Amino acid sequence: MDDIILRAEKITKIYPGTVALDEVNFNIYRGKVNALIGENGAGKSTLMKILAGVEQYTDGTLLLNGKEIAPKSPREAESLGIGIIYQELNLFPNLSVSENIHMAHEITRGGMVIKHGEQEKRAAGLLARLEQPINPRTLVANLRIGQQQIVEIAKALSQEMQILIMDEPTSALSTSEVEILFRVIQELKAQGVSIVYISHKLDELLQIADYVTVLRDGELVAESPMEKVNLRWIVQSMVGHDTAVSYTPPKHDFGEEILRVENLTLERPGKVQAYLLDHVSFSLRAGEIVGIYGLMGAGRTELFETLMGLHPHAGGEIWLAGQKVEMKAAINQRIQTGMMLIPEDRQREGLVQTLSVSHNMLLASLRNYLARFYLSSAKEKANVDRLIKELAIKVSNPQNLISSLSGGNQQKVVVAKALLTSPKLLLMDEPTRGIDVGAKAEIFSIMSELAKRGLGIIFVSTELKEVMAMADRILVMAKGRITAEMSRLEATEQALVEASVIGHELIKTGV
Amino acid sequence: MQGVTTKAPASAAAGQRRTPIQAILFQLRAFIALIILFGFFAVYSDSFLQTNNLIILTKQVAINAILGIGMTFVILTGGIDLSVGSVVGLCGMVVGGLINEGIILPMFGVVIYFNVWIVMFLTLLVGMAVGAFNGVLVTRFSVAPFIATLGTLYIARGLALLRNNGATFPNLIGDPELGNTGFPKLGTGEILDLPYSIWIMAALALFATFIATKTPFGRQIYAIGGNERAARLSGVRVKVVTLVAYVISGFCSAVVGLIITSQLVSAHPATGQSFELNAIAAVVLGGTSLSGGRGTIGGTIIGAFVIGVLNNGMIIEGVSSFWQTVITGIVIILAVIIDQLQHRLQERNVI
Repeated sequence: MDDIILRAEKITKIYPGTVALDEVNFNIYRGKVNALIGENGAGKSTLMKILAGVEQYTDGTLLLNGKEIAPKSPREAESLGIGIIYQELNLFPNLSVSENIHMAHEITRGGMVIKHGEQEKRAAGLLARLEQPINPRTLVANLRIGQQQIVEIAKALSQEMQILIMDEPTSALSTSEVEILFRVIQELKAQGVSIVYISHKLDELLQIADYVTVLRDGELVAESPMEKVNLRWIVQSMVGHDTAVSYTPPKHDFGEEILRVENLTLERPGKVQAYLLDHVSFSLRAGEIVGIYGLMGAGRTELFETLMGLHPHAGGEIWLAGQKVEMKAAINQRIQTGMMLIPEDRQREGLVQTLSVSHNMLLASLRNYLARFYLSSAKEKANVDRLIKELAIKVSNPQNLISSLSGGNQQKVVVAKALLTSPKLLLMDEPTRGIDVGAKAEIFSIMSELAKRGLGIIFVSTELKEVMAMADRILVMAKGRITAEMSRLEATEQALVEASVIGHELIKTGV
Repeated sequence: MQGVTTKAPASAAAGQRRTPIQAILFQLRAFIALIILFGFFAVYSDSFLQTNNLIILTKQVAINAILGIGMTFVILTGGIDLSVGSVVGLCGMVVGGLINEGIILPMFGVVIYFNVWIVMFLTLLVGMAVGAFNGVLVTRFSVAPFIATLGTLYIARGLALLRNNGATFPNLIGDPELGNTGFPKLGTGEILDLPYSIWIMAALALFATFIATKTPFGRQIYAIGGNERAARLSGVRVKVVTLVAYVISGFCSAVVGLIITSQLVSAHPATGQSFELNAIAAVVLGGTSLSGGRGTIGGTIIGAFVIGVLNNGMIIEGVSSFWQTVITGIVIILAVIIDQLQHRLQERNVI
């Protein structure tokens, strides 16, 4: 029998406007744990969705045991023995644990009536294997996130799979639960199941993986047996030494302090003494670009949301340009005092898909275009045209729907909307997510230009390369705290990665 | 990678080049349907085009269109207002009571009668208050709009019945000695041979169009319906704006309540039953999306005329009223199917 159960050859996936995967080769070794790593947007999830039949590749070949396959639906992939545990929980909160585990694979009497008793017995067995005493009749909604993730894993185990894909399976698990999961993985390996394991937690990979494959910007960078590599090698291959955008220190001097944050604290809902933001303090000067680096769940998004006023119950103090911002101040008041957020999720939070390009751009600053009591088309047009030119937005007609633009240009529209509010401080949450390399470079040059004009910019990124390329100063967050602060010139990739996993319990065991 | 990034906008541009005629036809579909219906009845019926009939038709349309205007604002936010019919009835009873009975202040042993202008103003306030009640339920207590306004539908109808124990207020001509005469003029008065109600519809339609397209409030309504979270992060005061949309709908219902009561010169507590369905139908026929964010006031007016012309024409042609109901339903469903087709067409053009 061949060592390699599944061979992906030259897989290419093109979305409108971006190439998510570019001729990627990927091997899954039989009965091994195959780690797949890469930064956000490297194409890991896309590749896994293709294997699981959720997405279809544009070009390439998939060989399962030497036979060509092209799964068109998750059901088809399952029948081929490929299962997946998704990063986002795909459970039905309104149904019981047992019903979730058997969703679309119900144990029935004559194909019509569900045998609930039998399903529950089987579910209880699966949960026992995962050492979780969860009653199979409990509604999923009543479980905490970690337990939900266990149910998701039990669901995948309930079907006999040759290949099991786990996309960030431990993101919500506690240390002891992770250990149980690792034991189950060892069991599965012994039974000959091949596992694809995706995680940002590099220490976990060192512990469990047999083979490691690194993706970067939709391309395969390296593949190696785990025993031949170490953490340093992984980080270096992930980050690469792409010189397309490299840091150049700003030629302008920084101005006065524009933002000061003291002891910003946000409690985890429903828990005492557990923080999403744990006494965060820092400051920012006009013209300065500060990058915040951190893993998923480090508290980066919560920091921005709190600054924008989405969490009025947060504790601590915020000063904007010397003026104190009340915690109770609503978003529109904060925008007027000069801060503006460019959200992480462009589709869900940045843009109104039913509006035109120009209406999206003007949405946050409508007051400025009033002539007496109505909106002046002339003023609107002048501002829209100015920003389209300034940011080089490619649009044939600003009256077109926003969805007719490519990802990069949509992002520029979000930036334009923010700039039209005349901000002093820009908060950019993953400003280059999901846009192609050319557009990334353009967004970067826009950021530099704005800093030169005296704006303070804070941006968040999970991509080390980006933080290293753009920030004058870098803050690292982990578990809601700032774990390191360094100027760009003294920062190293190694130091950033190490600071970003402070507080993650497993770090010591791997390195 | 460079090749692809330049390819995407190019194909989008090609899509736009290909579709202008299709797109325009789709966008004007309600208007085209109206012209076809109008032409059909004009040809097949002798009395349809007579001035009298056209004025009667438009008077009926005005009721529906005014309710539809308020409804459009609510639906644009992604909500719905089922209470409009009941508010029409309630406002009718309010105005009837104020004219015939005044306000009784037992502690002073006096009865206050108001001038007709003040009576109408108070009635409009009642309508807006009911709208504000809906708005508070939806924004402050997060009740789903369908449920909140369904509850208000019952409450307002119940209050209308309670106002005079289920009886009507007849003969609302007022009393010269009390100085509250003149209310029937709203229903019978004419300017340039056109009843007031038609002028009111026209004025409200123009004003609402202005609000929807030319004010920050209007723009924010569209943004909330399109993507509430993005609107909020852009500084739109989502709760306030949404609440005002329901107040507008309450105002429009009160206007209709005044017009109908004045036309009948009496107030019936059952007036306005199922008016909300006609108003929603007009909005949907006019191309407004029930999920919010897309639609126009002009579309709603055309939608109201489509229903009006259809009903009027069928009555003149002697189509049984049972069949009229069936046909109206079919037309509404067809309109929504075409709307979906247009959506898919647009999406394909984007990719």
